[in-house]
Amino acid sequence: MMKKLERILPTVQKPARYVGGEYNQIIKNKNEIDIRVAFCFPDTYEIGMSNLGMRILYAVMNRMNGVWCERVFAPWGDMEEAMRKNDLPLYALESGDALTEFDMLAFTIGYEMSYTNILNMLQLGNIPLRTQERKGLKHMVFAGGACAYNPEPLADFVDFFCIGEGEEITPEVLELYRTAKREDWSKDRFLLEVSKLDGIYVPSFYEHHYYENGTLKSITPKNGAPMKVTKRIVQNLDDALYPTDIIIPNTEIVHDRSNLEVMRGCIRGCRFCQAGFTYRPVRPRSAELLLKQAVESLENSGCHEITLSSLSTSDYRCLPELAEKMQDYCTPRKINLSLPSLRADNFSRELMLRLQKVRKSGLTFAPEAGTQRLRDAINKNVTEEEILETCAIAFEGGWNNVKLYFMLGLPTETDEDVLGIAELVYKILKTWREHASNKKRGVRIHVATAYFVPKPFTPFQWEKQISPEEYIRRQRLLKEHMPSKSIEYNWHAADLSRLEAVLARGDRRLCKVLEEAVKRGAKLDGWDEYFSYQIWLDSFAACGIDPDFYTTRGYDAEELLPWEVISDGVSTAFLKKERERAYRSETTPDCRSKCSGCGANCLLEGGKCDA
Amino acid sequence: MRRMLFEKTGKAIWMSHLDTMRLMQRAFRRAGVVLHHSQGFTPHAYVSMLLPLSVGTESVCEIMEYELDSDLTIRAEDMNAVLPEGVRIREVYQSDRKAKYLTFLDVELTLEYDAGVLPDAAEKINGLFHGSNLIVEKRTKRGMEETDILPMIHRLSVAEQNHLLKLNARISAQNPALNPSLLTAAIERYLPQYRPDFVRYRRVEVYDENGEIFR
Repeated sequence: MMKKLERILPTVQKPARYVGGEYNQIIKNKNEIDIRVAFCFPDTYEIGMSNLGMRILYAVMNRMNGVWCERVFAPWGDMEEAMRKNDLPLYALESGDALTEFDMLAFTIGYEMSYTNILNMLQLGNIPLRTQERKGLKHMVFAGGACAYNPEPLADFVDFFCIGEGEEITPEVLELYRTAKREDWSKDRFLLEVSKLDGIYVPSFYEHHYYENGTLKSITPKNGAPMKVTKRIVQNLDDALYPTDIIIPNTEIVHDRSNLEVMRGCIRGCRFCQAGFTYRPVRPRSAELLLKQAVESLENSGCHEITLSSLSTSDYRCLPELAEKMQDYCTPRKINLSLPSLRADNFSRELMLRLQKVRKSGLTFAPEAGTQRLRDAINKNVTEEEILETCAIAFEGGWNNVKLYFMLGLPTETDEDVLGIAELVYKILKTWREHASNKKRGVRIHVATAYFVPKPFTPFQWEKQISPEEYIRRQRLLKEHMPSKSIEYNWHAADLSRLEAVLARGDRRLCKVLEEAVKRGAKLDGWDEYFSYQIWLDSFAACGIDPDFYTTRGYDAEELLPWEVISDGVSTAFLKKERERAYRSETTPDCRSKCSGCGANCLLEGGKCDA
Repeated sequence: MRRMLFEKTGKAIWMSHLDTMRLMQRAFRRAGVVLHHSQGFTPHAYVSMLLPLSVGTESVCEIMEYELDSDLTIRAEDMNAVLPEGVRIREVYQSDRKAKYLTFLDVELTLEYDAGVLPDAAEKINGLFHGSNLIVEKRTKRGMEETDILPMIHRLSVAEQNHLLKLNARISAQNPALNPSLLTAAIERYLPQYRPDFVRYRRVEVYDENGEIFR
């Protein structure tokens, strides 16, 4: 195999991503291993190596005796072609062994448009796609991650899903597998036993029946499978494993820096945001531990940048003291401290100006909607005043680059809201004219609009997605109203977001569409270079499935939803209440100001949430 | 000038020049040393490679120059403890020889023939490089150009060894530099019947204008 690989490598782009051998990769002696796990990331090396979840679970699995977890990524198109031509099966980077050598194949799935990569990777590894085609214990395929909350479009391919956070459930699953392997269980027996673990969903244990109009009629559990599978969480983040000796890639990746996870969950409750609900309840990591992890991470990696990540880092209670102490460490060592997802509040403004001393990065806002009315409806609690004030300070401080993110097609959106985006952008331009410290350099305002995709487990999970035609109309309307040369407007492609919407709320009838699309060559759908809408349209047609059923139709409030069995701890009643408030453009206070009773606190021992 | 002599072998050969620069900058930090940084908008650590190495080429004679803010010294062992497989520091030293005096480069090409080496291959290929000129196509900024590569080859020999051909050459390292892949291109152009199935490239040693080892 190495010989084949060696001859391919000079012919492909960025070969360093296909050989492993990085600093801190984990090599174990195969003779001392009884479970070999191929940890598959269904996208390229550059994306996968930046993924926090993968870093954590790689460490979690490799800390276990007798377990060797290795990494597998989706090859770029040129590499895939060369591999197929030379009959080189997909392999893991650490050992170079083909997927067929592994006991378990674990996928982490964070994006709907990577589903075809999962199937394509299995194919490249000569692993049968469908659960029922894989007979024994070997090649057990399991998956987790953000997309596992609605696992249905992958139900026919993945043997079982881990719902929620993986730190605790993964070792439990692996230990059970170890017993199964030692005692030579059948696959059925293993699936039965694993389905008894909290947080495990075995799709083949549920029968789905449909009404004639295509909506779900019933979901019937078999083999004593639970009617509700509730996500697993880590009770105390300070006790959870957080690796500070992670693999340092030999080539550039997307997030080429050290990363600290300051907290999980978000107190904000933006109504469109799936992560804002599925990561509840809020759990912080202590500042003391974070500082220790920061120093260790930086010393072990040699990175010159570190980022504090979470869904909303401004809401981390100890941010002022942590940021100050980290700056004391970073500044003399010429290390950049970067803080994404800051809110436009006073403290953040002050912090931003201080951080500028190390390096001046762009200023980014995600108001998501153009008018206060719509921002209230989606519960995005950022005001125009805050944005303009922050911009004014930034422009005075020499910034001249602003990025703004919006969505089009949000529930209740009107043309007035769309034009509100242009108005806000012009107000920012005006602010620049009044406050810029150096006007000669000009200003760049980047505006980007996404096509709203309703996601499960949000108050908008029942909503219609607007049609692609309507999305394009609104996008053009906005473009017409932003003619300034200082404004650069980019928009998401309608096709991709439509498919994302289909898969996000899809049921298991989509499995055959996925399989068909892969057969027709779909892969790397998240990349413009490879995405082919036509393949998908043809696949839907071939399978007799209407994508509109999952998008513009919307789901009835009383309809049985494909993901009904899964629970993230947030009650459906709460989501419905939030939806009603959205219709009235009423905000919901953040969890810290007032508990709104979402239900996720029940996941915590003692039932008390520390928002 | 502070320099390190290092090798890049095995999996590490697939790293690009920029990847290697980044790797070294991080390795210094891992070894506990902060490099001297440039002033300016985005400060850069001062590290440079005397002869950038192409992706896929092995080398045992890479020279890196760097600057530290302090008088700290760093040992090869300290760096090697924090480098990935295939990258090894051989020597840490100071030098006052300017980079421009690096003149010649010894390269070794290993030519693989899946169906075996033809009996007269070594002789024929050797002959090709000992004519009066050798014109190959070279990619330049202006597009493809024809170049005579013989003036850039100062010594060359070909020998069969364990069912492979070894081509050893001393070539011009810079001003102008000869890309060793052009040696293969010449074989492919003029001796297509001796076209190898695969070629490995290895940098062996660097010399100054007098043929003395350059450090």
